[in-house]
Amino acid sequence: MIPLSWYLTLSALLFSVGVFGVLARRNAIGILMGIELMLNAVNLNLVAFWRYLTPTAIAGQVFTLIVFAVAASEAAVGLALIISIYRRRSTIAADEINLMKW
Amino acid sequence: MRPEILTLLIPLPPLLAFGLIVLFTNRSNRLSHSVAIGAMLLSWALAMAVFFLAVTTPHLGEHPIELSFPWLPTGTTSLSLGVLIDPLSAATLFFVAWTCLAIFVYSVGYHNFGQRREAHDRAGLPPHGGGLEPMYARFFAFISLFAFGMLTLVVSDNLLLLFVGWEIMGLCSYLLIGFWFGKDSAKKAMVKAFMTTRIGDVFMLLGLAYLYSATGTLNYRAILANEEVLHHLATTPAFLGLSIAGACGILLFMGTVGKSAQFPLHVWLPDAMEGPTPVSAMIHAATMVSAGVYLTLRIFPLLSAGWEEGGALTPAMVVVSSIGAFTALFAATIAVAQNDIKRVLAYSTISQLGYMIAAVGIGAFVAGAFHLITHAFFKALLFLGSGSVIHGMEHGVAATSADAAHAVPGQGGPAGVHKVKAHVDPQDMLNMGGLRSKMPRTFWTFLVGGFALAGFPLITAGFWSKDEIFAEAFAGGRLVVFATLALAALLTAFYTMRQITLTFLGQPRTEAAGHAHESKWTMTLPLIVLAVFAVAAGWVGIPHDFPLIGGLLPNWMHDFVGGTLLEHPHPIEFSPIPLLTSIAVSLLGLLGGWLVYRNVKAGAPDPLVRALGPVHTLLHRKYYFDELYDRFVVSPAYWLAESFTYLFLDRKLIDGFLHGVAEVAGRVGAFLRGYIDLPIVNGAGDLVGEGVKRAGRSGRIIQTGRVQGYLVVGVAFVAVLLSYVLLVRP
Amino acid sequence: MSVLQVVFLVTGFVTLLAGVMVVASPKLIHAALWLIVSLAGVAVLFVLLNADFLAVVQVVVYIGAIAILIIFAAMLTRRVMTDSGPTHNPTWWLALVSALVLLGGLLALILQVPAFAQAGPTGLPLADSGLADLGTSLVDANRFLLPFEVASVLLLAALIGAMAVARPAAKPEEGAE
Repeated sequence: MIPLSWYLTLSALLFSVGVFGVLARRNAIGILMGIELMLNAVNLNLVAFWRYLTPTAIAGQVFTLIVFAVAASEAAVGLALIISIYRRRSTIAADEINLMKW
Repeated sequence: MRPEILTLLIPLPPLLAFGLIVLFTNRSNRLSHSVAIGAMLLSWALAMAVFFLAVTTPHLGEHPIELSFPWLPTGTTSLSLGVLIDPLSAATLFFVAWTCLAIFVYSVGYHNFGQRREAHDRAGLPPHGGGLEPMYARFFAFISLFAFGMLTLVVSDNLLLLFVGWEIMGLCSYLLIGFWFGKDSAKKAMVKAFMTTRIGDVFMLLGLAYLYSATGTLNYRAILANEEVLHHLATTPAFLGLSIAGACGILLFMGTVGKSAQFPLHVWLPDAMEGPTPVSAMIHAATMVSAGVYLTLRIFPLLSAGWEEGGALTPAMVVVSSIGAFTALFAATIAVAQNDIKRVLAYSTISQLGYMIAAVGIGAFVAGAFHLITHAFFKALLFLGSGSVIHGMEHGVAATSADAAHAVPGQGGPAGVHKVKAHVDPQDMLNMGGLRSKMPRTFWTFLVGGFALAGFPLITAGFWSKDEIFAEAFAGGRLVVFATLALAALLTAFYTMRQITLTFLGQPRTEAAGHAHESKWTMTLPLIVLAVFAVAAGWVGIPHDFPLIGGLLPNWMHDFVGGTLLEHPHPIEFSPIPLLTSIAVSLLGLLGGWLVYRNVKAGAPDPLVRALGPVHTLLHRKYYFDELYDRFVVSPAYWLAESFTYLFLDRKLIDGFLHGVAEVAGRVGAFLRGYIDLPIVNGAGDLVGEGVKRAGRSGRIIQTGRVQGYLVVGVAFVAVLLSYVLLVRP
Repeated sequence: MSVLQVVFLVTGFVTLLAGVMVVASPKLIHAALWLIVSLAGVAVLFVLLNADFLAVVQVVVYIGAIAILIIFAAMLTRRVMTDSGPTHNPTWWLALVSALVLLGGLLALILQVPAFAQAGPTGLPLADSGLADLGTSLVDANRFLLPFEVASVLLLAALIGAMAVARPAAKPEEGAE
């Protein structure tokens, strides 16, 4: 069967890709997509642990459900922010949005 | 009312008058002089009452009127105030009260009360010819204060209170000599008087202190009437071979030398004539200078402690009699060559005081007191008379210069001010003459006084008192003193007649003298009263065994005043030699003075100038003593004050030290500021601030504002941490 | 190698590849589409893990809502960002290094725990994937009612917040009133 470590490894890989995306992409929406990847990796991790270690306790799935809700609201607000920034500054390149500096 | 209480009250009315005039009545001249004269009358009345009680008390010397109460606590004892009326002070009180009252009344007329104050008369200068004195009320205030001082001195029962009165009179003398403070000569004279008497007062204070430390008290009865104390003082050695009594006596006598203008401190009295004539009369003839003699009489027991009548004089007595006799002759010689009418009288006063002091010095206590009393009367009379003469002359001067101004209208300026002729000195006797017909009352009273001064035989008081001194000197074998005093008496008579002749007899030598007129009754009445005393006062002291008239009247002076001493002095044997000597010198002197001066014409010089030549200049310039003192005493003192104390000590040393301290403080401060405050303290503070700023400035570069950068750092850090956990610490 | 393992490997590979394309794709729309692929892959993995409800939720919510939203946003911000300029910021290498180190660390952690290497899931086969249980637990006051309600409040807040943030700036009124 599929060992748990395969799922965890996959999740770790996906997470790292997401980290890279957050840190390296210029476009703000690109960063948000990286964040979505990271959240997905987390979800995958959670469900894998639920299925392999405590399949009877439904808390794993509940946790994942909550993460879904949080991710959705965060994406909504984030995108609204990006739109707002775009309206004011006509750019959404992360390294051009640097007003809060010295 | 007990006599002690009356005595205590005697000095107070003039003090009250002083206060009232100064505070309240000084705007009203009439009110001021009324207050002053009223107070003096009250004092006079009290003094007469006390005098009457005193003379009717038998053995007053043993049971004097006395009252004492503690005043200033000094540890376990206290200094006390009190009054004492023994025969000496009773007699002194008598003449002080009469002369002061006479002079108070005289001052009303002298300062032209009743005249208008002229517009051109300014306060501080004597009024021109006949105007009201601008500082009228002030004068009465001062002489009231003076009367207070003198009366305090007379009634006091201890040397401290005497000294208080002494100093008050010194102050009043100063104020009154410089009464006309607008005159430069008056200002100089007032300071000179005060300074010179001060020298005497310093020694007197030393004497007081020494006496107090030796006996523990200053009370007359406790020291001077106490055999044991006197004996103790006489036998305990002090310094320079003197006993304590001698040392204290001489020190106290120094006060008299200053106050009574004896040689060498005589220089202030002639200059003191700058004051108004009532002042000269009262202070510098009758009372203040007499206070010096009074003190000497008072401390006679101290001076003569250890002396037996007829025996060798104590060292103190030698000093006293020498100074007295020398001064008598010395001043008489100067008086011969003076032309100012008041100057002659001033030197005459010095000379007569010398007589009194010489008398005390040779042990003639009663004679000295007698001469003191008679001299006060006739010298006051002479001064007041001279004041009357000067007033008449001033009127004459004003009249003649006003005439001259009217005669030359082209040159006339503001009325009465512009003088065409040279100013005629109304006090110069060479400008007078023939005033006998113009001012008869003044003339006759002045004549009486002058004869008394010259010792005209039998009818004048001066004769009796001078004769007494001669007799004592002769009987005691003090022939040097006798001869000196006789010579001085000759000169006294000479210059007195010179004065009378030049002033009153002959023809007027200037127009001003021709226009003089007699003074008002307020001035001439006191003259008459004093003239009576100048004659009658002598008759209370006729010696018992005087030929012909001795014994008709009791020798009250000897009996009464002699009772002051512990041992009643023995009356001396009558000897014709001193009597004949005194009659001879008196008459010869008077005749000589009249002969030499009866024909002096206007503009002519003094006949003695030709006769004596350079000697006359020496006498006229007062033996150059003023110049001598100025050169050797006054100038060095000024130099000391100016160059040494002021410029060197004060400016260089003290100020220099202070400036130096300031300089050092400034330097230290600058150093601290430059090397510690600015670099270290400021630097530290600045360093902190600046350092933080620089650190911040360099630190804030990491705040790029780019979120991804921050995240990278975060993740990198997590990565490092993770590596550490996994690899270094598994 | 069993069938499930093969399926897993293929799905895993596709998901990863899509993920890499998400972060590396220069055009944003392409990245969004690759994201959809990645999300779908994750849904398949959920099915493999017997969490079928979650797989459906994944598809509906993530792909159907979030991804669409992302595409909307990309289109709304397109005018300026015409995919010009570099895709990655200048320090992308540092990001790469950090990500790799992180990956290394995570893998090391995973491999350290022997329990994770267990062969298969426990309790196979599962009865019903717990859907009914999930439903009741969400509304059970003793269990997960509170997190459920809080999550709904969060969604409300996010809704309002998004509307407020994205509202265009109010234009100033001409004339006084």
